[in-house]
Amino acid sequence: MLGNLFSLFLTACIIDNIILSKFFGMCPFLGVSKKVSSAVGMGLAVIFVIVGASILTYGLYYLVLVPLELEYMDLITFILVIAAFVQFVEMFIKKNSPSLYKSLGIYLPLITTNCAVLYVAQQNIANGYNFAEMLVYSVAVPAGFTLTLCIMATIRERLEFANTPESYKGNPITLVVAALMAIAFTGLAGLV
Amino acid sequence: MNRKENFFAGFIRENPVFGLYLGLCSTLAITTSLNNAIGMGLSVIVVLTASNIIISAIRKITPDEIRIPVYIVVIATLVKITGMLLQAYFDSIYSAIGVYIDLIVVNCIILGRAEAFASKNGIFDSALDGIGMGLGYTLALIVMSVIRQILGSGILSFANPMTNEMIFSLRIIPESFTISMFTTPTGGFLTFAVLAAALTVYKNSKAAKLQKKEAK
Repeated sequence: MLGNLFSLFLTACIIDNIILSKFFGMCPFLGVSKKVSSAVGMGLAVIFVIVGASILTYGLYYLVLVPLELEYMDLITFILVIAAFVQFVEMFIKKNSPSLYKSLGIYLPLITTNCAVLYVAQQNIANGYNFAEMLVYSVAVPAGFTLTLCIMATIRERLEFANTPESYKGNPITLVVAALMAIAFTGLAGLV
Repeated sequence: MNRKENFFAGFIRENPVFGLYLGLCSTLAITTSLNNAIGMGLSVIVVLTASNIIISAIRKITPDEIRIPVYIVVIATLVKITGMLLQAYFDSIYSAIGVYIDLIVVNCIILGRAEAFASKNGIFDSALDGIGMGLGYTLALIVMSVIRQILGSGILSFANPMTNEMIFSLRIIPESFTISMFTTPTGGFLTFAVLAAALTVYKNSKAAKLQKKEAK
């Protein structure tokens, strides 16, 4: 049981890395990976939101939508729950911990449109996970996201001083780096 | 800006994918074959046009404070309908890119156009904008998928999505010379980087020309 959960974690976190093999969450990946500190902040916010939103949508799906036979409403309810949850978290943090809000605040609204959140909520249902597997999966995916984001941020801080061709400055060179990272992560495919 | 200019802006200058870096997730993920690219492109055109029309129609009765949730509900409904139609009539495409169809909901292009254009303009203009931007997105997908498919598998093929019958299939590069890396995520990133850089070169040269003209 534990072994299964561990291999699920490794697969979701590293082998099927959400950015490098599934391409979800590209917008914050390009936008927030300029500095390590903001990358860490964004990563933590994403982990928190994905775990919370996954538990909410998972409960909602099996306790409300399935008994009422409204499974086809999943997309609409999920996206509303996610948007409302993000808004709620933002207000809660703003009220209770202004210092945390200062460091995370600007990233929180962005998370609503982070496709990773909706993707995880949907995969939990589509793969038929039980509660424990759902929890592990919802931690592993954003953990992989944070890992990639932090690696990228450290590389980009160095890249600032590199002599990049004019037309590759900014996003194109970041994508080239991402391509090289994707090759490295493919090498880990035999891990599990 | 007149209507024609507005319509064509999405093609190159303001191309949502290469110019504005919107909707990258689906662009990189589904451009492994021409079929998927066209299926995804058409779905986005349908959703974007319909959502632009609806949002523009209700723009005067939508309270400003809750406009984003309203837009999201409209878009999510349209996406779900599109997904269900695809599943019913184009099953081969749905099974290949179904996950990404659902995620059109959070595609920044759709919400971006709703916020930036449809909420301020009339129904007809918004519909045109939706079609123009959608075509720009489709164009980007087709370019990406053609490059990746030819380099990755050497074959350029297109199948009828209804019956799965091959319409044409052309071997351009002999099998022993293909670079299979281009069908993997790595190839997606690399192709996109090169294309984005090419567009930057084009834009820079145009800007330089304009500056020269002004200097004269």
